[in-house]
Amino acid sequence: MTQVVEMARLMQGNEAVAEGALVAGVRFFAGYPITPSTEIAEIMAERLPRMGGKFIQMEDEIASLAAVIGASLAGVKSITATSGPGFSLMQENIGFAAMAEVPCVIVNVQRSGPSTGMPTAPAQGDVMQARWGTHGDHPVIVLSPSSVREAYDLTVRAVNLAEKYRVPVVLLLDEVIGHLREKVILPAPGELEIVNRKGPGVAPAGYLPYRPDETGVPPMANFGDGYRYHVTGLAHDELGLPTNNPEVAEQLLLRLHEKINRNLDDIIMDDSMHLEDAGVVVLAYGATARSAGRAVREARNSGIKAGLYRPLTLWPFPARRVAAVAEKVHTIIVPEMNLGQYRLEVERVVGDRDRVRGVNRVNGELITPGEILALLREVV
Amino acid sequence: MMQELEKYLRRDRFPHMWCPGCGNGIVLGCLLRAIKKLGLEQDKTIIVGGIGCSSRAVGYLDFNTLHTTHGRALAFATGIKLARPELNVIVVTGDGDATAIGGNHFIHAARRNIDLTVVLFNNNIYGMTGGQYSPLTPANKKATTAPHGTIEPVFDVAELARAAGATFVGRSTTYHTNLLTSLIAGGIENKGFSLVEAITACPTNFGRRNKMKGGAEMLLWQRDNAVHVQKTKQMSPGELEGKIVIGLLHKKETPEYTFVYDQIIARAREESGPGTLTPLKGGESRGRTE
Amino acid sequence: MGEQSELRLGGKGGQGLILAGIILAEAAIRDGKNSVQSQSYGPEARGGASRAEVIIGDEEIDYPKVSRPGVLLVMSQEACDKFAGDLERGGVLIADSTYVHTIPEVDGVVYKLPISLAAREEVGKEMVANVVALGVMARITGVVSRQALTEALLARIPRGTGELNRKALDLGWEMAEKILH
Repeated sequence: MTQVVEMARLMQGNEAVAEGALVAGVRFFAGYPITPSTEIAEIMAERLPRMGGKFIQMEDEIASLAAVIGASLAGVKSITATSGPGFSLMQENIGFAAMAEVPCVIVNVQRSGPSTGMPTAPAQGDVMQARWGTHGDHPVIVLSPSSVREAYDLTVRAVNLAEKYRVPVVLLLDEVIGHLREKVILPAPGELEIVNRKGPGVAPAGYLPYRPDETGVPPMANFGDGYRYHVTGLAHDELGLPTNNPEVAEQLLLRLHEKINRNLDDIIMDDSMHLEDAGVVVLAYGATARSAGRAVREARNSGIKAGLYRPLTLWPFPARRVAAVAEKVHTIIVPEMNLGQYRLEVERVVGDRDRVRGVNRVNGELITPGEILALLREVV
Repeated sequence: MMQELEKYLRRDRFPHMWCPGCGNGIVLGCLLRAIKKLGLEQDKTIIVGGIGCSSRAVGYLDFNTLHTTHGRALAFATGIKLARPELNVIVVTGDGDATAIGGNHFIHAARRNIDLTVVLFNNNIYGMTGGQYSPLTPANKKATTAPHGTIEPVFDVAELARAAGATFVGRSTTYHTNLLTSLIAGGIENKGFSLVEAITACPTNFGRRNKMKGGAEMLLWQRDNAVHVQKTKQMSPGELEGKIVIGLLHKKETPEYTFVYDQIIARAREESGPGTLTPLKGGESRGRTE
Repeated sequence: MGEQSELRLGGKGGQGLILAGIILAEAAIRDGKNSVQSQSYGPEARGGASRAEVIIGDEEIDYPKVSRPGVLLVMSQEACDKFAGDLERGGVLIADSTYVHTIPEVDGVVYKLPISLAAREEVGKEMVANVVALGVMARITGVVSRQALTEALLARIPRGTGELNRKALDLGWEMAEKILH
């Protein structure tokens, strides 16, 4: 018999994000207060100075992400947190971070919208904005946790991915998970992998700031470390200097996508339950996956062969895995606190719209297990 | 002198993109002379630009350079300075970039008195996009978006910075280059938020539409219409009408943001240590048998 | 899925019900159980409708919201009117009779106690009515142990208020004791 002593504690989702960021090595936070994400800023304001880090409350969300990008360029792992309206304001600088390849993490605790909507009520309406919010074709990684422990783990993962691939990573929570308190047992220090950005590895004279290494990602020198180079949101060459050369510009954009596309197995995370013999699968993310989990369990109890597929990486879309799931089942149910944003992508991959059904709510309340169960019963 | 400044330039980036007669090169020359005068290390100096003709200067400079999004240079610069206060951070911006789209960042950076030096190239117009009016386009002047003349009053950007909390504010023109150089040097030396407004000519998009002829004539206009701040005391408001007041306009001693921040960090560390997760007090560890 | 206790605490913002929910959830963890706590509140810091929910169970808790509470605490008339109909069959409704005057017909047991009044008069601070309510709930329902609740309470409250809060908790416990016997 093994005696395991564990540190169990009640922790809030937003608190888990802050603690996860600190464990991942984040030492800079810039943000602007907005419900339901504010606890993250408050905890960072309290904790960062004690660890030698910096917190700053900026004048708006545009400035917040700008400061985060600036701090990251100076070599400090950096993060911001917001909700829908602030996320909209950040879009241009998300594009900048994608183009200039500056690691950063943007936490969006989704609330009901559009506009001010119902600020204290949950929603999942920013799924497409997270993917396509900034202009131009750009790569982005979006992760979405369904529990407090997952919020902690995925925050660490988000920081790791940002540093490894030099991309903005969006951590998409919803108000339910952000404010949910639940029992968590955190991993011991050292148990989680922490990734730091790869440095230049050559002398300044031989450094080409935007020449990728074998992984497709350019090693990154920090401002002030002796590697003088230019960073711009303009299309640029390997020196980082602006160009209007169509070939160079296209090569750059293709490489930005390629560095994500060739590493999908590393980036895409998912989870599932009862897929082996399932005839119908519920595909859910965020808080909705909790309702889906209950619905699937109850369906199983009443003899329905239901399964659960849970993408933790929303973008890039886990197309191959969803296609594999779709091959084995007659119907995929996609519950979302929006009017079917992610369902569009599932339909695209499944190819047959009749086999994909939605359960949707935009009234600021979490979808209940009963609603999903009712559709499970209907389709079998 | 020019040769001594060449080490600060990315020479392969020339010729530059500015029009004949543009004053931006003169402002840039003054900035580099100020950097040289102070002996700033290139590796430890960051130059941040926004969007616009002036902000393109950063691409020509051999420092750590960052060309940001429109209006946001000061917010990016704030992140850099906070992350590494030991670096010299200089912001190059224009009238539209700093006072329209970036107006809010401008007043808040000044309010914080964070150690950034802003060189604001004021050419009274949006040059890069072809001559639209900015918050610093004087009244009754023509622009592509004010074909009948502007009706909006201008900001006095120096007063704006002073009122917001800047601790060093100066103004010069591209005619008064020695003054401009010494003001920029003074701004960099000031531990706090510094604004140096550089009046510069845009013959292509401002001068041409407003009967000011070419770049040379606009330089002479600067000579004839600038009044040193020390001389203004003997002048009546009527005499000062339409004049550009140049010189060191404001200086005060206020604790600088990153300096105060470091004190906060020292205090927080001393009082409470790095801190860990606050565990449930008493009986938080539960034995579990598997 | 094992048995779960689902509790809802309803009242007005400022009555400390969310904190009460947190303390309940922490007490359950101290008892070696699993728990989740969620909430909904209006944007106003004080006075708006407030609701805290706690689920306590031995196994993993998936759906984190409470639809049919087995235990319902109401500390305002509005909360009572809004939530009484949700009570699970055979559930327990605890009403603070200081503010709840009429209780709709429910299929369960109703306990009426002057929680806020008692906090005001016997502890001297209505602010601790939420702690009195915790004592009442724990004694009536047994969802958490008295020891775990006391520990959880003392770990969450501001320094220097231990005695006051302990007194409030004991008061709640005794009020429930009296009504049960």
